[in-house]
Amino acid sequence: MASLVEQAWAALESVTDPEIPVVSLRELGILRSIEAAGEGLEVVITPTYSGCPAMGQIEDDVAACLARAGIPARVLTRLAPAWTTDWMSPTARAKLHAYGIAPPHPVAPRAPAGAQAVPQVVHFMRTAPAPVACPRCGSSHTRETSRFGSTACKALYQCLDCREPFDYFKPY
Amino acid sequence: MNAPLEYLLHLADNAVVLGQRNAEWCGHGPILEEDIALSNVSLDHIGQARLLYQLAAARMGEGATEDRLAYFRDAAEFRNYTLLELPHHGPLVGYAVAERDYATTIVRNFLYAALMVLVWEALEQGSDPDLAAIAAKAVKETRYHLHHAADWVVRFGDGTDESHARAQAALDHLLPYTEEFWTPSPAETAAAACGAAPLLADLRSAWDAQVDATLAAATLRRPQEPAYVPEGKLGRHSEHLSYLLGEMQSLARAHPGAVW
Repeated sequence: MASLVEQAWAALESVTDPEIPVVSLRELGILRSIEAAGEGLEVVITPTYSGCPAMGQIEDDVAACLARAGIPARVLTRLAPAWTTDWMSPTARAKLHAYGIAPPHPVAPRAPAGAQAVPQVVHFMRTAPAPVACPRCGSSHTRETSRFGSTACKALYQCLDCREPFDYFKPY
Repeated sequence: MNAPLEYLLHLADNAVVLGQRNAEWCGHGPILEEDIALSNVSLDHIGQARLLYQLAAARMGEGATEDRLAYFRDAAEFRNYTLLELPHHGPLVGYAVAERDYATTIVRNFLYAALMVLVWEALEQGSDPDLAAIAAKAVKETRYHLHHAADWVVRFGDGTDESHARAQAALDHLLPYTEEFWTPSPAETAAAACGAAPLLADLRSAWDAQVDATLAAATLRRPQEPAYVPEGKLGRHSEHLSYLLGEMQSLARAHPGAVW
């Protein structure tokens, strides 16, 4: 028989992001860990953006899912280590793409802490730093319409070949 | 070592006041994309403020909550930079009604984001683990804010005669308020002494490099006049803060404890 922790992972596989209902919280990297704690479980989630308005809903959804499955659990929110889009599984990226959202590029590496790095000055960029492929036709001939989109985690793009506007999941 | 509570409130008040100011553009943005961008930037600031107020409240105990800190303190108890409470237009009295000016909004966001990228990076390495965890998230968001604002400073400055003139006027109006960044408050000095926070004077050359690079690309002139040093972070604010708080706090004060 599966342990309570395994049952919880299995049950939570059905809980998706409220804004992107095709990827699970585990695949997005929001669901961090499930551990036995006394009689029940401790489920740890981490926020994406500091102000993501979906976090309250996500916490409720996780608690409700486990309650339905009869699994006693406490949902904890932990900030560190900070969530990054690099945690997204390949399956999550494929699902985002199929849903019409261009998946995030890897986060650009930064100078190691403590190194007396030259301050990184932000310069004006006429175009986005790396081409983002259109999730509809695959063309990389696209342009950034706005670095901020319909949710905190996405930017607005348009394909210049098929003309389709689309969302790009920003590297974070 | 935990950062002093006054320092946490300084960071939180900065975030909530600018978040509230920028949220005034919600539904009134000059173009749809910018309306959405400013709402997103506000959301990040309010999210950062909540995390900081939650941390401060948890350390205060005695029934403190994030809502009490945001909604039930008066202007003189706020520790934000004066720069962040100013309205989206040039110098006018607090009760004046004027059109919002997007150049003012963008120049302010640029001057502040250029500072906060450096501050969050330093806090992430600081001795207060809870504050470092908040900083590790906030820095990622603030880098987007800086890119956004810096791009628009260049577009305005190197744009039409009208946009250039308005960007220059906004810069002439706002840049003197940044003098407040470089005069340490007792809370900042205490936070630096315990290893939780940087001395802002150490960040000044990096901030100058960012500001000068963007202004050069924007063909804008950096005003050099010696400035009055504002003291918002000591609780001595312009008349504009209480108008802003009046709006922000009215619901919570009219219906204390209301939930939905």
